[in-house]
Amino acid sequence: MHADEKFTDATWPASPEKATLEGKNKYLGFWLFLGGETVLFASLFATYLALKDKVPNGEAALAKDLFELPLTFVATMLLLTSSLTSVYAMYHMKNNHFKQMQAWLVITIALGFAFLGLEIYEFNHYVHEFHHTFTSSAFGSAFYTLVGFHGGHVAFGLLWFISLMVRNARRGLNLYNAPKFYIASLYWHFIDVVWVFIFTVVYLMGMVG
Amino acid sequence: MSTYANKKGFGATIWDYLTTVDHKKIAILYLISGGLFFVIGGLEAMFIRIQLAIPNNDFVSAGFYNEILTMHGTTMIFLAAMPLVFALMNAVVPLQIGARDVAFPFLNSLGFWLFFFGGVFLNLSWFLGGAPDAGWTSYASLSLHSAGHGIDFYVLGLQISGFGSLMAGINFLVTIINMRAPGMTYMRMPLFTWSTFVVSALILFAFPPLTVGLVLMMFDRMFGANFFDVAAGGNTIIWEHLFWIFGHPEVYILILPAFGIFSEIFATFSRKRLFGYSSMVFATVLIGFLGFMVWAHHMFTTGLGPIANAIFAVATMAIAVPTGIKIFNWIFTMWGGSVKFTVPMLYAVAFIPTFTMGGVTGIMLASAPADYQYHDSYFVVAHFHYVIVGGVVLGLLAGINFYWPKMFGTLLNEKLGQITFWTFLIGFHLTFFIQHFLGLMGMPRRVFTFLDNQGLNTGNMISTVGAFLMAFGVLVMVINIIITSVKNEKVGNDPWGDGRTLEWSIPSPPPFYNFKQLPLVRGLDAYWVEKMEGKKEMTPAEPLGDIHMPNSSFLPVMIAFGLFVAAFGALYHMDDKSWTLPIIIVGLLITFGSMLIRSVKDDHGFHIHKEDLMDDSDKGGKA
Repeated sequence: MHADEKFTDATWPASPEKATLEGKNKYLGFWLFLGGETVLFASLFATYLALKDKVPNGEAALAKDLFELPLTFVATMLLLTSSLTSVYAMYHMKNNHFKQMQAWLVITIALGFAFLGLEIYEFNHYVHEFHHTFTSSAFGSAFYTLVGFHGGHVAFGLLWFISLMVRNARRGLNLYNAPKFYIASLYWHFIDVVWVFIFTVVYLMGMVG
Repeated sequence: MSTYANKKGFGATIWDYLTTVDHKKIAILYLISGGLFFVIGGLEAMFIRIQLAIPNNDFVSAGFYNEILTMHGTTMIFLAAMPLVFALMNAVVPLQIGARDVAFPFLNSLGFWLFFFGGVFLNLSWFLGGAPDAGWTSYASLSLHSAGHGIDFYVLGLQISGFGSLMAGINFLVTIINMRAPGMTYMRMPLFTWSTFVVSALILFAFPPLTVGLVLMMFDRMFGANFFDVAAGGNTIIWEHLFWIFGHPEVYILILPAFGIFSEIFATFSRKRLFGYSSMVFATVLIGFLGFMVWAHHMFTTGLGPIANAIFAVATMAIAVPTGIKIFNWIFTMWGGSVKFTVPMLYAVAFIPTFTMGGVTGIMLASAPADYQYHDSYFVVAHFHYVIVGGVVLGLLAGINFYWPKMFGTLLNEKLGQITFWTFLIGFHLTFFIQHFLGLMGMPRRVFTFLDNQGLNTGNMISTVGAFLMAFGVLVMVINIIITSVKNEKVGNDPWGDGRTLEWSIPSPPPFYNFKQLPLVRGLDAYWVEKMEGKKEMTPAEPLGDIHMPNSSFLPVMIAFGLFVAAFGALYHMDDKSWTLPIIIVGLLITFGSMLIRSVKDDHGFHIHKEDLMDDSDKGGKA
């Protein structure tokens, strides 16, 4: 079974992402990589919690002054929905429906960009309204590093999806690129999970604690 | 070293190694560069011992001493021990599990080049305004106030080489889980493969905290962040935690492969199955697990409080249990065996008492109240050199002697090997045994000189003499390698005569596809099982067919080189120079451009055809 062989709906395997040894290796290797990423974000969360509201003087803004729920709620909904749409994309990938997969991925990317846009607006708002910057306090450094690392992951995920879609636009699905789409969507889910923790630990706990 | 390389010119061989994705050649690259950094780190050690040979010495200045001391530790851990461990893993593990290559050959090559460029970057600091000088632990309270760019070289160099280590860890995990030959169940895996498996998991979970620590340090020093700046609300203890959450598993990352190598050597040269195989596996996993729960024992005097200290003290002492299991299993493996004292076996036998002494001082240090006395004294220096040199370095020397024929097809000279062994071992104990007492007498570590008439003169002189003996031993080893390589007397599949595991069933060095037919594994010590039934080779598990192999690629060098370039830009960025931003951009473009090429260009590898394999039968590439 060659990886770039053409398939019909009847011959397309049930789990195309794991049908070749290369695919199996990628699948497992990426799950393990996400394990490492979990520790990376855990370290950033620990740093943030240690430095939350640690500011040099009484005038600096604290978490309870900064955060507003409506904005982060919308951002959360955008990202959670994008995770759902990427699931639909993978559903169509598993059924060899290339067009529908691409369509759902376009929606996923659009939601991702909307999320990033809100984040940029939010950062801009904090900098100009509250003078809460990366260098203004330890709190600022920790906040922008944790949330910014997540934002950077979102941006990388978007570039990843786009380059996969552009590269494979004309040739459709095969067993060589199916694992690539699949692990990109795994990565997208991981980003989503991290955001759920950021929403809880940074924003919700920031407003009540 | 494949059969193909012999037919090529020098330039083609260099190109071959720059683009190779073959685990056996990557092993050689790791061995050569790791060996080179080992010699550099050794020279730094010699400078330290010369400076401390006599009181009030002025061989080096205080500032320069700090740089040497920092670079000695950093180089030995990150740039010598790690790559030498990776060299043996790459050379041996795919062969031990009956695989034709690792799961991600491209990533394997990328991991090497990231390590290499990171290491070169770090060492360039010597020529570009001074090396890092805050100790290998680079505590934030020291490193934030270090002038010049030394610390920046440390941060960026380790960051780049750390990515390489992470990739190697993931790669070996997937290789061992997915690529074992038919019949190679988990509980039939040789112990070196088991220790590689556990160590890879440790790498996967231990390196990200270091990555984060280095990122925070980089942000503080280069981009004005305040993580460790107390005046702006920061906290320097965060660095200590992040560093040791990485740093303690790191010492198990180094020692467990050595345990694995010794397990192979004890079984081979006692001509007896390893005693208590399943308890050895259990102990390895348990050490790996506990290794993550003890990091704060490096911080007993930081002031975490008695409860935290007590928990970490007990957890640390618990590690003595699985380690003790291992020590007794090795001794019982020799018991009743017909022991053959080859050079690897000499190292293995010497390792047991040496490492046990390091373990005992480890228990002493683990009792938190007593640690207040030992902390930051030469007692600590003696302890960690007993476990790292007495464990890791003896293990690496044993492993290099043991696997040299498998990697290069020729045996190292036995007589010269014995000279290296005895001078290195005696030199080692001379150097470090006395340091326990120097420490207890009050000599602090990391000081560049000491005063006369304090009772420290004789001890320090003995220590320096020992260091010269060790250096002599290493020199003899280099001579041994040169002589053996020039003579190049080829050996067969199983040069030690008592090989037990799969790697000894194929030629030395193996053909580039390793196994012509994947072997059928019928028990622990698969090759020994066949030998005991009077067979000369493994039973194949598959008919002769086409073999799928990965393509060579130059992109790994490009990706790593791009980061190397970008790191220079980032390093000088804090000096407000105009050229730094373009350099960062160019470097990142090289890296991400190469990654993009890798992504969009299909790479299906190639097939070796059945007919060509049949022609190859005279080279003995049988399973």
